[in-house]
Amino acid sequence: MERRATFRSPLLPWLLVLPQLLIIFVFFYWPTGEAFHWAFTLEQPWGGGRQWVGWQNFQEIFGSAAYWSSVRVSLVYAFGTSAVAILVALLLALFIDREVRGSRGWRVALIWPYAIAAPAIGMIFRFVFDPRAGVFSALNAVWPSAWDPALNGTHAMLMLILAGAWQLIAYNFVFFLAGLQSIPRPLIEAAAMDGAGPLRRMRDIQIPLLAPTFFFLVVINLTDSFTNSFGLVDIMTAGGPARATEIMVYKIYADGFKGLDYSGAAAQSIVLMGLVILLTVIQFRFVERKMHYR
Amino acid sequence: MKFRLTALAAGIALTLGAPAAEAQPNRQGFTFWYGLTGQLSDVVQEVCKRFNDSQDQYTVTCTSQGDYAKALQNTIAAFRAGEQPTVVQVYDIGTLDLMLSGQYLPARELMQGQGYKVDWDNYIAPIAAYYATSKGEMLSFPFNSSTAVMYWNRAEGRKVGFENPPETWEDLHKALAAMKQAGSQCPMAMDFDSWPILEQFTAAHNIPVASKNNGYGGLDAEYVFDQGLVKQHFNNLMTWYKDGLIKVRTPESGQNVIAAFASGDCNVAFGSIASHQTVRLTAKEGLDWTPALLPVYAGHERYNTRVGGASLWALKGRPQAEYKGAAAFFAFLAKPESEEFWSTRTGYVPVTRSGYERMKDEGFFERPENVGREVAMESLLLRAPTLLTQGLRLGNLTQFRALYANEMQAAFAGQKTMDQALAAMQEQGNQLLRRFQQTYRGKTLP
Repeated sequence: MERRATFRSPLLPWLLVLPQLLIIFVFFYWPTGEAFHWAFTLEQPWGGGRQWVGWQNFQEIFGSAAYWSSVRVSLVYAFGTSAVAILVALLLALFIDREVRGSRGWRVALIWPYAIAAPAIGMIFRFVFDPRAGVFSALNAVWPSAWDPALNGTHAMLMLILAGAWQLIAYNFVFFLAGLQSIPRPLIEAAAMDGAGPLRRMRDIQIPLLAPTFFFLVVINLTDSFTNSFGLVDIMTAGGPARATEIMVYKIYADGFKGLDYSGAAAQSIVLMGLVILLTVIQFRFVERKMHYR
Repeated sequence: MKFRLTALAAGIALTLGAPAAEAQPNRQGFTFWYGLTGQLSDVVQEVCKRFNDSQDQYTVTCTSQGDYAKALQNTIAAFRAGEQPTVVQVYDIGTLDLMLSGQYLPARELMQGQGYKVDWDNYIAPIAAYYATSKGEMLSFPFNSSTAVMYWNRAEGRKVGFENPPETWEDLHKALAAMKQAGSQCPMAMDFDSWPILEQFTAAHNIPVASKNNGYGGLDAEYVFDQGLVKQHFNNLMTWYKDGLIKVRTPESGQNVIAAFASGDCNVAFGSIASHQTVRLTAKEGLDWTPALLPVYAGHERYNTRVGGASLWALKGRPQAEYKGAAAFFAFLAKPESEEFWSTRTGYVPVTRSGYERMKDEGFFERPENVGREVAMESLLLRAPTLLTQGLRLGNLTQFRALYANEMQAAFAGQKTMDQALAAMQEQGNQLLRRFQQTYRGKTLP
């Protein structure tokens, strides 16, 4: 039997959602509208005159090598971080689910990192990866400039991916663990009775049944790495060396807030918003529909 | 629920009560936002307190807004919301945007309107020139001013036969090579900040960075640095880097050039005289060091370097009464005592002749903690500023500096040759200038 709440007055439900709608309007639709406006104008930072320039801002960003480099860098970072974070979190969750010794304690410990702010993580990892005082300094002592994130773009990106993934692992871990624990025990026990070892059970039962969680996390991780990586980049590399870690969000900040090119930054954020919307649509249209337990 | 209400009430009382408690009756309050943090911010607060204690008509409330860039962002955001401070500190490269916006009260107009007589010629010429119109009329008040110097490790220099800091790049090269020969791991530290390496280098040699007198002649200026001596110099730096004479030290690699110098790891570094204080306070025990004039290439005459730092602007749109306070504040800051107070506690230089004279008379520069700081004054006052050494009046300079850093990193990492990097810098720099010109279409430089 389906239960349904009904309202006598058609006004009441609207009044109830009004506060939420207002918040969304003020903090989302209004700024977005403003950004759209700016993206088609040239805005003077101190106010006092803007002029309509049509598609010029978009033409300039699409014609700029630096912009495409930031798109490429964002993709590398997003896919790199998501891949590392998902694989490691899956592995950890599988172990915890098998109730290895001390798994209760590990469970709590593994959730903590997600509560740490990105700039704090950036600070810590800057020490860890410091070429003269960090973990890799031993390598540098033997082999000068083997590890040099200040000048080597690949090193800088690797450092950023590890730091970003470190935080996402915690988030992913929670979901994987919940997913694993919702898999019916009899399935696994039946497989065990048929002679399947732990590895075989993971490969053939647990991981396939985790597929919905897996796809959900891919989408969340990707969008998260596109939009939430700012704190890490700002602290660890400031977009350098030679734009090797200048992800799209950071470029928007650098051009708009530091460089006072509000219009160029607005156009870039419209493009980024489009990209994130696209990812979300893909999730709803394809992933959500196709992924069901069968 | 009750608890929440109480908390809310307490919060509101705190926010409303704080400024009310500070403003005393019969005193006109006004606000001053600045872009300095840490020890420097503490000194600004002391300055504000001195001002408030020195008279009983005005109260200034001073607030640090983070670093220069953040202070500017916050001020612009506040300005757009109609909540701007009366006085704001804006760094050298934020000057042009504010100048063109017209959203400020020009210094002269403000002081005249409030009945103050200011001897504008008292301001040290190269400092005044940066903040003045093409006719030489100052629009803002220079506050914390500096210039670039070379930090030189005297003891290490003596070991390789250099009794004094080298005056030419040729000699510096010889010294660096000798230091490396003698086993130094890092003869010279370098970062990717265009201010000491490119901008001040061109001033010391009287070379243009851009056409139209570095932009003073109009918004249609173009970058022209990619030629002759600049090109030669950057290729030299590149060669010296490959030879191990220069090491890269950036904050991202855990140690900036000043820290590298102060710890004795590197023997030579270029930076602002404002870092004198930092080096002195953090220097390794027994470090024998001195600031020195920037080297010039042999056969080139030496010119004055440009001023760096920031100036104070009075923003439009505040109640008239607040400008009385602002004018009193500016007059207070220009007093020789105030200048000495500021320079003693920071590494900045005095901005007026009378302040400089007073400090000289009192033996400021002979005190052990200040030895070497006169080099900055010498560098600024070397000769009357020329059309090329007065400053850079170029749009989107913040973005140009980021561009410089990126291209230099590409060159030093071996992704590009130095010539390619310089060419890319000039080409993309010109795009930034054209975009700026278009943004301010129809406006002319004051």
